[in-house]
Amino acid sequence: MPRRKGAPEVNAGSMADIAFLLLIFFLVTTTIETDAGLDRMLPPIEPPDTDVVIRQKNIFTVNINKNGQLLVEDGLMDLKELRKAATAFLENNADGSCAYCKGKKDPASSDNPTKAIISLKNDRETKYSTYITVQNELVGAYNDLRNREAQRLYKQDFTVMEQDYLNPETPSSVRDDLKDKVKRIQDMFPQKLSEAETSTN
Amino acid sequence: MATFKNQTRHVPAISTASLPDIVFMLLFFFMTVTTMKDTDLFVENQLPSASEVSKLDKKDRVIQIYVGKPKAELLSRYGTEPLIQVGEKIVQMDALRTYLLEEISKRPEELRNYLTVSLKADKEVKVGIVTDIKKELQQLNLLKINYTSIEDPS
Repeated sequence: MPRRKGAPEVNAGSMADIAFLLLIFFLVTTTIETDAGLDRMLPPIEPPDTDVVIRQKNIFTVNINKNGQLLVEDGLMDLKELRKAATAFLENNADGSCAYCKGKKDPASSDNPTKAIISLKNDRETKYSTYITVQNELVGAYNDLRNREAQRLYKQDFTVMEQDYLNPETPSSVRDDLKDKVKRIQDMFPQKLSEAETSTN
Repeated sequence: MATFKNQTRHVPAISTASLPDIVFMLLFFFMTVTTMKDTDLFVENQLPSASEVSKLDKKDRVIQIYVGKPKAELLSRYGTEPLIQVGEKIVQMDALRTYLLEEISKRPEELRNYLTVSLKADKEVKVGIVTDIKKELQQLNLLKINYTSIEDPS
């Protein structure tokens, strides 16, 4: 038997299969992570030049104590009712200038959505998760109202429109169109959510 | 003419010898772009859940601040009080401003007015420390913040 010269050739036919297997594994496990959360604007540090007088009835005060209990407009409230109460306050429409509001026109509550302010106060010892849940409910109240108006005017949810508008992949022609619509809805219910200084006691 | 016909009768098999190369190229591409995790966390980071969230894309204009108790294995070193982690290090409240200024100056100039701060605070921390961070941010005129949370569609 003659001696073989060199090693026998390795069959590379299954190499592609192995590589595909690895490729599919990495394709599946890759997650391009995007974070999500509640967007808020902090108030600028310099006080406005003119003192603005806000009537007490236009302010919806929400107070969270360190045990996570809510004091809403001087009464204890359950977290589940907060959204409804905030919605009712925002579209109360006491002076009747808001044509699209469906509020009760209670003279003791807010004049119209552009004047209505929600003031959120919290204790330093409040748990962060409670704080976020309350913020979520308040943002939810705004989103509910905005969605309702967007559905009425454009047959589309405001949150969807806003997301499309902010998405850089949306074609610019669509974005320009959405810009005015989003702006209009935002002006109907401007988000005036004040985070006052936290109480220290 | 006859020889020409003979040639076209059998379609030659496509050589698949270069297929592994192509696939490996793709494989290496995905292996290099895959990042398993951005930063090593020294603090607990169980984000709270919220339903009315908006997406936070455009990573180039986001600064991340983590807040939470130190991880179990670091408790002996740092104690149990909540800490602030930025980038790969733990900072004290008074050093936060320096870090943020550094971070702002790293960003391209045209984006500096659009920076968003993503506050990734643990569920269990107290609001006090978050308030202190917010005051620092106000001082630096970083007013756009995002309370990063887990989307919970309920």
